[in-house]
Amino acid sequence: MIGSLLPPFLPASIGGAIEFIFEPQSSSVTGGKKVGGFEQVVELTITQLELTLLALAVALVVALPVGLYLGHRGTGELLAIAIGNAGRAIPELALIALMAVVFGVGFQYVTIALAVLGIPPILTNAFVGIRQVDRAPIDAARGMGMTEAEILFRVEMPLAIPTLMAGIRGATIAIVATATIAPLAGVLTLGDFIINRNVYGASGLLAGGILVALLALVLEFSLAALQRALTSKGLKVSAA
Amino acid sequence: MDSRLLSLATVGEVGKSFFHERTSETLPCQAQESKLFCFDWAKENIGSFGMPTLQHLELVVFSVLAGFAIAFVLALLAHRRRWLRAPLLGATGVLYTVPSIAFFFLLLPITGLGRDSVIIALSAYTLQIIYRNTLAGLANVPAAVKDAARGMGLTDRQILWRVELPLATPEIVAGLRIATVSTVAIATLAVLASGGGLGVKIYAGGNLHFATSIIVAGGIAILMAMSFDVILVGIQRLATPWRRTAES
Repeated sequence: MIGSLLPPFLPASIGGAIEFIFEPQSSSVTGGKKVGGFEQVVELTITQLELTLLALAVALVVALPVGLYLGHRGTGELLAIAIGNAGRAIPELALIALMAVVFGVGFQYVTIALAVLGIPPILTNAFVGIRQVDRAPIDAARGMGMTEAEILFRVEMPLAIPTLMAGIRGATIAIVATATIAPLAGVLTLGDFIINRNVYGASGLLAGGILVALLALVLEFSLAALQRALTSKGLKVSAA
Repeated sequence: MDSRLLSLATVGEVGKSFFHERTSETLPCQAQESKLFCFDWAKENIGSFGMPTLQHLELVVFSVLAGFAIAFVLALLAHRRRWLRAPLLGATGVLYTVPSIAFFFLLLPITGLGRDSVIIALSAYTLQIIYRNTLAGLANVPAAVKDAARGMGLTDRQILWRVELPLATPEIVAGLRIATVSTVAIATLAVLASGGGLGVKIYAGGNLHFATSIIVAGGIAILMAMSFDVILVGIQRLATPWRRTAES
């Protein structure tokens, strides 16, 4: 109720938000109990990170084998592409809300909902990445007597790393972004500052935006670094 | 185990009688927790989805048009000046990575809560997708075609508008499709920034709506995304008649 009654221009300042992140502030609705502050920020960040990594792991376990297998076999192109396209159309708010209303609150339900968002980009990019690999090195590998598994893991996958990682990065960003609305399903992440704005006020709202943005950027830069580390030296030379 | 979960899991085995034991016949459908979807409620209240749907449409159209206008100009600049490519890719990449839901509130000190902030955040999100595809489309134009155009006496500007951009249309439209479909889905979050849209039929006044309302709102959003996709494919076909003759 209170959320919709707030005036459109809130007295939010960057200074107030930064203060909110480091020092607990008094709130008008918690009966003297202070809200915000570094301790709570760390706690909520850890929950959001846990939720993100767990959902990403579930999505990887489900999507990666399917995408790699279909890509290697070269079958199921329509399916792999359709899943990727359909995934983008899933409205994340509706997904989380429906999970919460149907199954109730709980870490496990939110994890599943978030994993659902992560599966399409990973699956589609794994398929496309493997499929795009030049036929010549694959034929050479087969001629050298490599087994199908060796071809997939030692030839196709290293060559597909850029596309594969693009899918994983896309999935991670989608998951961490949507983990922000997990408080709707009872899991308190940094989004609590945004969703329970009557408790945290305008400073909390802005602080929530800053913290979620930072978390997403840190994850993206870490994965970009991981991608560089995973890309074989030969590919880097040819790209330069 | 949650009792509601248990009831859902066992519905298949015990069938209808299970519902009758647990729920009163006199209760309206929307008051019965075990009901996932109430057709009667949906039929009666479908009218109340009209306004949020229009608002949603408005958010998406404005965001994608603004994003397209900016990204298109950026791509043309980067196409001519190679040194701009990496910095523009990085800058649009940061805007793409910052989750829209965070972006809404980063704009709080500047544009406050509401539609403007939502449109700015959503168009910032679309920039990278459209920029990358437009640039890739222009880069994929065969050099021989450009040479031929130059040999026929076309100026650089004529080559861009009459040769390069028409040939890049499929990639540009592919970027627009991805941007538009994603934006339709993400725009449901606008409700959290008081920006309206279909999200108000999912979450309003600090509470989640009941399942039927969420399903109808989510269903309309998915239909809207699919319709945009079909329309954009149609536009692409009309804009590239030579591809149709090539295919047939």
